[in-house]
Amino acid sequence: MCLAIPARIVELENDRAMVDAMGNRFKAKTTLLPGAKLGDVVLVHAGFAIARVDEEEARKTWELFAEIEDFEKTQNRISG
Amino acid sequence: MLDRIAKAQQQIDHACRTLGRPITVMEVCGTHTVAIFRSGIRSTLPEGLKLLSGPGCPVCVTDQGYIDAVLELAQRDDCIIATYGDMIRVPGKDGSLETCAAKADVRVVLSSEDALQLARDNADKTVVFIAVGFETTAPASAVVVKEAAREGIKNFCILSGHKLILPAMRALLGGMNDRVDAFLCPGHVSVIIGASAFAEIVSDFGRPCVVAGFEPLQIIEALAEICRQLSNEKAELKSIYNAVVTEQGNVAAQRIIAECFEAADGYWRGLGKIEKSTLVLKEQYRRFDAFARFGLSDEPGEDLSGCRCGEVLCGLIEPPQCALFATRCTPAKPIGPCMVSSEGTCAAWYKYGRRS
Repeated sequence: MCLAIPARIVELENDRAMVDAMGNRFKAKTTLLPGAKLGDVVLVHAGFAIARVDEEEARKTWELFAEIEDFEKTQNRISG
Repeated sequence: MLDRIAKAQQQIDHACRTLGRPITVMEVCGTHTVAIFRSGIRSTLPEGLKLLSGPGCPVCVTDQGYIDAVLELAQRDDCIIATYGDMIRVPGKDGSLETCAAKADVRVVLSSEDALQLARDNADKTVVFIAVGFETTAPASAVVVKEAAREGIKNFCILSGHKLILPAMRALLGGMNDRVDAFLCPGHVSVIIGASAFAEIVSDFGRPCVVAGFEPLQIIEALAEICRQLSNEKAELKSIYNAVVTEQGNVAAQRIIAECFEAADGYWRGLGKIEKSTLVLKEQYRRFDAFARFGLSDEPGEDLSGCRCGEVLCGLIEPPQCALFATRCTPAKPIGPCMVSSEGTCAAWYKYGRRS
């Protein structure tokens, strides 16, 4: 439940944002991150942006998520 | 990267050799639990370094009494239960939210905002948001309570089971499990409360506290830093998750928590009653408190027979020591919450910790 994903703000109206993580788009609120701007990469947790993240950190996390997804798929193929 | 891993491993080996006693490090974050298992870090550590999972999974630490209250609410035909997905399979005496879904209206939401929207869309029902989690999810609950107050939405309330991590760490060191030598501090909770919040554990208990993210390299380096401190017999607070965590944390989130909630004594699975460890709505928002609105008990409940999740959460036993583990209690048919939640210690052991 504490899983948080870095995502880029691609639309922003007041505190309602559309964010993009590895091509997946979803809604998030920036209420807890006043001053968040279009284009910022933020850490999204349970629908809320809770921190700004630098690009390098976001990239590392996205790569890790992609690797885990691939790994789980392979594992499922082996065990299934 | 390989040289950094080698250096960290040298540091860890050195500490294990020079200290001449086992080292016990506890993490208190479900995401760390899973990250550590998945990356296979445990198998690379020397025998002298023991990693324990503490009370860091929100669903797992929730007392059975709270689960009973949720299931009691689900029996009402005037309520919609809005919950994060992790909660729906936690069993009570008479089933779980999932099994009673045929007669109850249970909706899985990804955010507290979705729960409030359900209230806007269903004026004839009261939407109860199952508000669990640590300091990471508490501000999200506070935001929607404020929104509901501002919009005058009456058919919405929250069943707050929100918990604070520091009182639990103090309770552990104060008696429940004082064998813990150091803490790997939670990455995302620290985003909210700030790395400096753990200074009290260092000063009051002399235990190293290292805040880390979730990449394998970062976790190994955090363990090495803990080992370095233990070798030097000097406990310090250090954050190596500087790309995301700041000293002071997310001040806006802290402010909104303080505006809506106050700390109260509360019950935890395994740890029992801990002073000022749960968040209850303040007087001016009490009308959104589901416990008060429906006259629900906030007393502790009785754990299901044979379940040892409480001892697992305190780091007193490891999951395979529970007779139910992987026999009667599996992810497909869980008995205890540590097997239900994907972040639970038992689920992680089941998935990654066994060799067939």
